[in-house]
Amino acid sequence: MSDAATLTGSTATQGGAGYALELRDVSKKFGALEALGGINMMVRPGERRAVLGSNGAGKTTLFNCITGDFAPTTGAIRFFGEDVTVFPAQERIRRGLRRTYQISLLFNGLSVLDNVYLACRGVSRGRFSFKRPRKSDALMQTAEELVETVNLADVRATSVSDLSYGQQRQLEIAMALSGAPRFILFDEPAAGLSPTERAELIRILTGLPGHVGYIIIEHDMDVALRVSDMVTMMHNGRIFKEGKPAEIEDDAEVQALYLGGAEDE
Amino acid sequence: MVDLTPDLAQGRLRQDRAWVERVPPGYWVMGVVLLVIPAFVSPFVMFQIMGWTFILGIISLSLMFLAGYGGMVSLAQMAFAGFAGYMMAIFGNSAIETISQGWPWWIAIPLALFLATVFATLVGWLAVRTEGIYTIMITLAIAAAFFYFTRQNYDLFNGFQGFNSVLPPQLFGVDWRGPYAFYYLTLFFAVGAYALVLYISRAPFGLALQGVRDNPRRMAALGYNVTAHRVAAYAFAGCLAGIGGILLTWQSSQISPGTVGIGPAIDILIIAVIGGLRHPIGPFIGAFIYVILKTFAVDFLVNLGLAGERFQLVIGLGFLIIVFFSPDGVLGLWEKFKAARNRDPLTGESRGQDPL
Repeated sequence: MSDAATLTGSTATQGGAGYALELRDVSKKFGALEALGGINMMVRPGERRAVLGSNGAGKTTLFNCITGDFAPTTGAIRFFGEDVTVFPAQERIRRGLRRTYQISLLFNGLSVLDNVYLACRGVSRGRFSFKRPRKSDALMQTAEELVETVNLADVRATSVSDLSYGQQRQLEIAMALSGAPRFILFDEPAAGLSPTERAELIRILTGLPGHVGYIIIEHDMDVALRVSDMVTMMHNGRIFKEGKPAEIEDDAEVQALYLGGAEDE
Repeated sequence: MVDLTPDLAQGRLRQDRAWVERVPPGYWVMGVVLLVIPAFVSPFVMFQIMGWTFILGIISLSLMFLAGYGGMVSLAQMAFAGFAGYMMAIFGNSAIETISQGWPWWIAIPLALFLATVFATLVGWLAVRTEGIYTIMITLAIAAAFFYFTRQNYDLFNGFQGFNSVLPPQLFGVDWRGPYAFYYLTLFFAVGAYALVLYISRAPFGLALQGVRDNPRRMAALGYNVTAHRVAAYAFAGCLAGIGGILLTWQSSQISPGTVGIGPAIDILIIAVIGGLRHPIGPFIGAFIYVILKTFAVDFLVNLGLAGERFQLVIGLGFLIIVFFSPDGVLGLWEKFKAARNRDPLTGESRGQDPL
């Protein structure tokens, strides 16, 4: 990354930026509580990274800062070279950033296909259109394909409130994949899944197109290490270790801390 | 590449058929009944029962659209309707010639609808900042303020008297206030409003509104402007209510503060709730029950040898019974009936797709 990646609030897009996501000295305080402190993180386009850490380590807060749900107290966030620190959430979405949520935030009164269709429509024009989409509508086709990608084709017309927990998690992923994402944040996608569903999740994640990078928060080390090529360890709102999955797995300090913090999960 | 399941293939097939073939049989039956009914019933039923049902149905439909799809309960729908009626009286013709401008109907009516939509947009813009009970309170406050304003303002709204002799235009040489003409006029707008709301419910705007109802935070995270969607819903609902308001003004040939009082505002909510908020047909069912009760409760009591002035009690009891047995209104009862029919008597389990 060039030295243009300054901490100033410049919103100019820089061509050929080296990083998909770049966090410089990001911190977030809730009153006196420092949830995040001095986070520096560079993620290349197409890179798959796992963020690990015990509960309260600040992982979800980090996601919220990246997506724009919270404004960071200090620091700058760049998305593909563009300073998005002060951008509202929907502006970041339109630039190709997606996320899934720890607890399913779905539209319970709508069908599976409608949920995915809404996700596709959110990043395109015609959100206020009064005209019904036809089956041949390009977005409807995309939604159909995404529903098939996550193996929900059989329940496409089912109301979300009638889905199993695992199916709801899969739907979350289909929604995150909508509208040509460039980078996705997965917040504990494997939580509460059965072993079969976990295997399916790993298949979906590893099957994503090569240019789509992601950060995954995951407590299940097995899943996290299999679907990532870099691992960031967080503790008390700070990054304390980064490395390849194999290095992290073997690191004595990580094992002590992570396993030590595991009981409060 | 795509393995078409029979279900989807059928869906595609359905899409390919002409729209006439896609209309469910029930709609054809209902359509024929509504078209030929004037041959069998009295002008009173045409004008007073059916006409009023359609009008109140349209105004309640505007509330159903906001509450059922958008999760926003507004008590200001009658105020929007009344506002449109007032604007039509002010810009068009009435007996109050000192105020009414006498502009032709093709200016006065669109202008009245436009102003009602603007009014609803402004109210929506205020109301969407609140949720749940606070939305009800703020819209009730606006409805009450509008009622008192019309009663006290003589320069524009002619105070307590309001406007009388507000008549529909004699278009195509037809007296549109004649019972049959008025029946078909209100039927036309009721069917139009119903079809429009049903159509929009599956269009991106309607789907997004339902998304906003279910999970506003997620909608924002998907790139939607939640506030703009809610305000737009108010604008659309305001326009619908305005159409109802203009028809209501023609029906009684007058508009006065009594039309936009707190009572009528709450009646619209009652109609929508007893009919059901889940489907656009609900408000029309609710309106029919309301009109029947309101019209015949007095006779019913007198026939029983009781005092006719207690008719409100009968109306209240009727509503109580419906809501007691089904919090989702009459539509909820229908759903229950369908589910019961669909249940296998041996296993007690659902038999899958219901033919109804």
